[in-house]
Amino acid sequence: MSAIALTLGPVFFHWSPDRLSDFYRRIADEAPIDRVHVGEVVCGKRMPFSDPVWPEIIERLERAGKEVVLSTLAAPATVRERRSIEDLCGDERLVEINDVTALPSRSGKPFVTGPFLNVYNEASARFLIQRGATTICPPVELSLAAVGAMAGACREAEFEIFAFGRLPLALSGRCYHARIHGLHKDSCQFTCEKDPDGLAVDTLDDQQFLAINGVQTLSNQVQAFCPAPADLTSRGVRRIRLSPHTCDMIEVSRTYRALVDEAEDPKAARFILSCLDLPGTLVDGYAHAKPGWQATASI
Amino acid sequence: MTSGRMELVCPAGTPATLRAAVQAGADAVYCGFRDETNARNFPGLNFSGEELAEGVRFAHDHGSKVLVAINTFARVNDVGLWKKAADTAAECGANAIIAADIAVLDHVAKNHKQIRLHLSVQAAAATPEAIRFYADSFGIRRVVLPRVLSVQEIAALNRAIDVETEAFVFGGLCVMIEGRCYLSSYATGKSPNLNGVCSPPEMVSYDDEPNGTAARLSGFTIDRYEPGEPVGYPTLCKGKFKAGGKTSYLFEDPVTLNAGGMIAGLKAAGVTALKIEGRQRGKGYVTEVVRAFRKAVDAVEQGGDAIEIDRILAGQSEGSRQTAGAYSKKWR
Repeated sequence: MSAIALTLGPVFFHWSPDRLSDFYRRIADEAPIDRVHVGEVVCGKRMPFSDPVWPEIIERLERAGKEVVLSTLAAPATVRERRSIEDLCGDERLVEINDVTALPSRSGKPFVTGPFLNVYNEASARFLIQRGATTICPPVELSLAAVGAMAGACREAEFEIFAFGRLPLALSGRCYHARIHGLHKDSCQFTCEKDPDGLAVDTLDDQQFLAINGVQTLSNQVQAFCPAPADLTSRGVRRIRLSPHTCDMIEVSRTYRALVDEAEDPKAARFILSCLDLPGTLVDGYAHAKPGWQATASI
Repeated sequence: MTSGRMELVCPAGTPATLRAAVQAGADAVYCGFRDETNARNFPGLNFSGEELAEGVRFAHDHGSKVLVAINTFARVNDVGLWKKAADTAAECGANAIIAADIAVLDHVAKNHKQIRLHLSVQAAAATPEAIRFYADSFGIRRVVLPRVLSVQEIAALNRAIDVETEAFVFGGLCVMIEGRCYLSSYATGKSPNLNGVCSPPEMVSYDDEPNGTAARLSGFTIDRYEPGEPVGYPTLCKGKFKAGGKTSYLFEDPVTLNAGGMIAGLKAAGVTALKIEGRQRGKGYVTEVVRAFRKAVDAVEQGGDAIEIDRILAGQSEGSRQTAGAYSKKWR
């Protein structure tokens, strides 16, 4: 058993029920991942599509020995969205909180704080740990040193670093997929489903820059932070989060498993990841306290 | 909820603008310290402890309040700097501290019970559950509303909570949910949450090229201007980008917020205070905008009609395009 566990974060994109079912079936059967997050976090309007398939997906994952975490919405607004959070918080499984809205109904029971919840320092972390936080995945803009400093000060919780996938950078009340198609959020026609990894946003000079996913803005580049395991364990960081994309996530998870088990070194792991069909180039700036788009390590 | 007179909350980036805002009719001014504890951490801006104490005296002598923004997220292993800022604000006799970070809120709630706590827009509390959590945990008395809610939603929210609400009515407009946007650090390494800055000036370049002037942030082209066309500041979310085969102001046009026409609606929705953005603005600007909004708010309080309010606020556009933002549901 490695000292570092692997987490598969929630799918940020509007995948069809069939795609979700197929994806998690493979994760259950083939991915060397310890913990799997399920549920919609970006847009409550998508929930009626995916809600029917979650029970079967959860059962399948649990039968395969995965720990399932129920992720909750990052920017709830409507009565229905708020009720969904309250319902999920009543579950006996671990729940991921991505907005303070969920805190009152989950306080006193174990939870994960996701990267949408602002935990920037040891005092905030401690406050949340006292209310039930057992795993803390801080905002993506924090460096490994900052996450490690929190982990060092709060040994009673597990700290997790966002290692793979397009970086979740912003949320809005406005839906950009709707806007780009001349529509409004309230009558959006779910055009985001056409972009299962998000829609690339380039600058006027064709620099790859960002990606949109409904109300969410992500990086165009793909975070591929491949630390030596000792860099994590020495700081008390005990979990790595991989964020789902349409590329071969089994291969991604195997690569990270090999990395944390020291079967591959960081350079080899980055090389394997770079060979996959990724939506953007590899970056890891945030982990090194640099601008997020920068790649500090060469392949 | 309130049935009283709406409070006009105005920006003060310097002691001079504080005095200008107070004299122009601000019910309250908000300001921050000269460091990364506040979300407008720009060179030449903000207050020392002594300047704040003097500003508080001046404001109180003229019947105005002072609210101190300590609304960034405290750096790990450095929370003391944020706590000290809160201690100084309390010692200076400020009327309220505006905070977002749980660590700062907790410190104020435990150590400065006499001072009001306002929840900063940076905390992005938009639901009754979130607001009640902050009220129950830290005794917040007011929440500055995230700029994602329509007037109808604000009315519903006010019916469900028992703390005051404050709504932005004029100035810069964030299109992303504030406090949860890392676009700036992605491009530049500096962000509102970490450093109190967005799209920082030291990362901006204007490059004259054959096809016009490119405004860049950290090397990323944010917009391009024809020769002779007025050049704008490359704020990341107001840039022109290519996506899905289209070139557009994808996130937001280069507009500013003007919800002057919604003052009556916001009052009816139960909003206690109206906020003007712009701590980076000079004395002249602040005087003019505060004076106009003072008249507009007074006119609304006296039952003035929409035409009268429009007439009072005409001329407050600085030639820029304006929007009522999320207050109007079709903005989404």
